[in-house]
Amino acid sequence: MGEKVLITGNEAIGEAAIRAGCRFFFGYPITPQNKIPEYLSYRLPQVGGCFIQAESEIAAIYMVFGAAGAGARVLTSSSGPGISLKQEGISYISAAELPCVIVNVMRAGPGLGGILPSQSDYFQATKGGGHGDYHLLVLAPSTVQETVNLVMDAFDLADKYRNPVIVLADGYIGQMMEPVEFKGRPPKELSAKDWTVTGAKNRPRNLIKSLYLDPEELEQHNLKLHRKYLEMAKNDVRVETYLTDDAEIIIAAYGTVARIAKTAIKILREKGIKVGMVRPITVFPFPYETFTEISEKVDDILVVEMSLGQMIEDVKLGVCGRANVHFYGRVGGMVPTYDEIVREIEKIKRSQV
Amino acid sequence: MKSLYENVIMAGFGGQGVLFIGRLLAHAAMKEGRNVTWIPSYGPEMRGGTANCTVVISDEVIGSPVIASPHALIVMNNPSLDAFGPRLETGGLLIINSSLVTRETKRNDITVVEAPANKIASEIGSDRAANMVLLGAYIARTKVVTKENILEALKKVLGEKKKQLFEINKTAFEKGIEIGSL
Repeated sequence: MGEKVLITGNEAIGEAAIRAGCRFFFGYPITPQNKIPEYLSYRLPQVGGCFIQAESEIAAIYMVFGAAGAGARVLTSSSGPGISLKQEGISYISAAELPCVIVNVMRAGPGLGGILPSQSDYFQATKGGGHGDYHLLVLAPSTVQETVNLVMDAFDLADKYRNPVIVLADGYIGQMMEPVEFKGRPPKELSAKDWTVTGAKNRPRNLIKSLYLDPEELEQHNLKLHRKYLEMAKNDVRVETYLTDDAEIIIAAYGTVARIAKTAIKILREKGIKVGMVRPITVFPFPYETFTEISEKVDDILVVEMSLGQMIEDVKLGVCGRANVHFYGRVGGMVPTYDEIVREIEKIKRSQV
Repeated sequence: MKSLYENVIMAGFGGQGVLFIGRLLAHAAMKEGRNVTWIPSYGPEMRGGTANCTVVISDEVIGSPVIASPHALIVMNNPSLDAFGPRLETGGLLIINSSLVTRETKRNDITVVEAPANKIASEIGSDRAANMVLLGAYIARTKVVTKENILEALKKVLGEKKKQLFEINKTAFEKGIEIGSL
């Protein structure tokens, strides 16, 4: 048992990365995640690591490429516009099958947008984001403690699949302070990194690349990546179901919105309306099956997001027409309140009869 | 024993130390084994602009860290009273810095505690400790955490670098406790 510390989500991300063995950070500043690089700028040198504020996001992501190719545990973090700039590199890293962790502390977009919380980068994170047929494994924490746990897991998952993992947080998670515990845990047994490019003295040379000019060869490479995504879906889907057993209406939400929804559920249950929640923790791979099962039991599902409807598309794929899927979203940095969620559920309840 | 659930919004000008007293409260609550969330306003504000934070303390897992109608409100200036005053829940507690807040609250369904925080802080030697007076009044009224744990948190948050500020902040806090206890 470690001691609890009161810490912002951003600082917690930095410390969790260090506890997970990350010794390299490359990034470029952007609000609302600047505390991550600030924290790592003094913490990494303390543990013999390397912090570089790159000249741009594009430079930063290719530094990540290099460090990952050499077998290091490496982190970069940014927010919406900066993550967009990194997309080319993320596509290359995915193609080259290199493990790394990327944190997106989402702010409102599109464009430069604003600095307040948002979940409008869901499509970008879960559907590829850059060019080509690829996916990231996407973890969506809801509290600061869960952010710590998921950042640590992210490094193991990245190594396990040789694939970038993105931690999809939002401005509130980054700025908020909560007591957290950095739990000591045994390192996952992972296969040795025998594919790194670290000098080929006394061994055959390794090659890391994303160029495959022969279409047959590239098709095989695409299929290999695809099998990896299927493996993720088979083995590493994470989802929380909350008070679903007796629920007559289900809320689907992730991240900060999910914890606001928990307060709404408490209020609704005091009013006698049995509401539960399905909270995806991995949004890629998405817990489609959980939604398939739940849609056999309830008639109505309310998706709540800080977007105008992105995760709802995955919810609908899981539900597949077996239940009504409703939507409530706030955007621009506006955050849905529990009162608003209560009102939306009451509206659905009235229409049920 | 009823399980504890409290929330408070603290608001003022940037630089008045509302985020700081929020942190002290959050630290003290953590020390007492509670769940706690502290969330600041982080819009494009600057010194002289408005700042606020929300602290939620609970024995249960905390749902929303953002509160529409808080149980309590600490306001250090007029704009904060205008912005948050109407949101205080019925029966709620309003702690006002009467040195700077000149407006009337216009509400008769709440408890109001007025503390001339800047005046008191100036008298004991530093205008900047006004925030501690208000925190003292809040703690005296709600007893959500102990005085001792606030002082413990103060020591911790000030750290070695600013430990010379401990005594004056402590004195300001104790003055606030006296006012809140009246």
